[in-house]
Amino acid sequence: MTELFVTAIVADNLALAFFLGMCTFLAVSRRVATAVGLGICMIVVLGLTLPLNQLVYTHFLRPGALAGWGLPELDLSFLTLVCAIGLIAAVVQVLEMLLYRYVPELFDALGVFLPLITVNCAILGGSLFMVERQYTLAESAVYGIGSGIGWALAVIMLAAIRERLEFSRIPEGLRGLGISFIVTGLLSLGFASLAGAG
Amino acid sequence: MKSPASLMRAPLRRNNPVTVQVLGICSALAVTTSLTTALTMCAALSVVLCAASTIISALRHHIPNSTRLIIQITIIASLVIVVDLLLKAYVYDISVRLSVFVSLIVTNCLVLGRAEAFAMKQPVGRSLLDAMGNSAGYSLVLIIVASIRELGGSGSLMGYAILPLASEGGWFEPLSFLLKAPSAFFIIGLLVWLGHRRDDADSVELPDHDSHLVITQAQEGRQRP
Repeated sequence: MTELFVTAIVADNLALAFFLGMCTFLAVSRRVATAVGLGICMIVVLGLTLPLNQLVYTHFLRPGALAGWGLPELDLSFLTLVCAIGLIAAVVQVLEMLLYRYVPELFDALGVFLPLITVNCAILGGSLFMVERQYTLAESAVYGIGSGIGWALAVIMLAAIRERLEFSRIPEGLRGLGISFIVTGLLSLGFASLAGAG
Repeated sequence: MKSPASLMRAPLRRNNPVTVQVLGICSALAVTTSLTTALTMCAALSVVLCAASTIISALRHHIPNSTRLIIQITIIASLVIVVDLLLKAYVYDISVRLSVFVSLIVTNCLVLGRAEAFAMKQPVGRSLLDAMGNSAGYSLVLIIVASIRELGGSGSLMGYAILPLASEGGWFEPLSFLLKAPSAFFIIGLLVWLGHRRDDADSVELPDHDSHLVITQAQEGRQRP
């Protein structure tokens, strides 16, 4: 479990090793404060949706999952994709309502990011990896929280570096997007070198 | 109003979806370790993008504004499932190597971004042209990146040996770094530099994200829960 957790944070980092959620990653990494907000959202949503999707998959979609209902031949696994994205959208929506009702301050701070997360491929990717690697319920919870922390760490680091970059002299054509890619590449190198640290 | 020809041409370089608009990067980086997977991914994305844009554009008068994201995602997801099943049926080996990335076309911001920014407002013909142009722009970047990575990383293209490897008596020492994740970031970063033009320096500054912005605005526009 510890190994899974550490690997999910560093070596198998969703953003830096699997390139997931890159669009959001590059678009909201200009300020550290926003990056922290988005990072927290990612941890919460990944930590919630992965175990939930795992439950849905094992009890309804897996080949033979409906044997108890008298349908042993039925294989609904082709519906994984639609179910996963539907569930993610629903969880994000419910989370938004709960935040708005009980912690409005947090809603004001994080509210903008929640809708972005529904269409973030890191979340859907996490669920699909869970299905592909056949994690158990506990493993998928650990993997979800771990990869959320990894994504958050990466986006906060990139934001911190980009805030400093504003004062450096970068070749004109590389400013903005170009240099962000190069910096992300360097970050990715650093994270990859920690492979096997579990 | 842009001419049909410029709809097709602009996304190739000046307004390239990957290097200028920063859309659909996840898959562009992940499947480019070999040209075969990259080409398969391009084909899959082009089919989904063209079909999704056409369908969404044809239905645009019937899609209520408040639920349009859900409808768009459902249409795209259905198309992706069809493409995924086709790949599994006919080119199983490649579909295993593409892993989850074909399924992730659902959340590819390129497809959703074009649907939201173009197909919802324009007639079918123009939407299809726009989708074709953007698919071509996306494929162009993927093919360039994949060629560099496969040629440099394993001395072959589409699995055929081009450069004789040192381990097999040739002279070429493969740069295995090119097969690792970080190299993809560097190559795209350099492509962005290459594609940069002095006269539109402003647009190279990371845009405040088309599709994400559109989506956020759409969500903010709705009633708070």
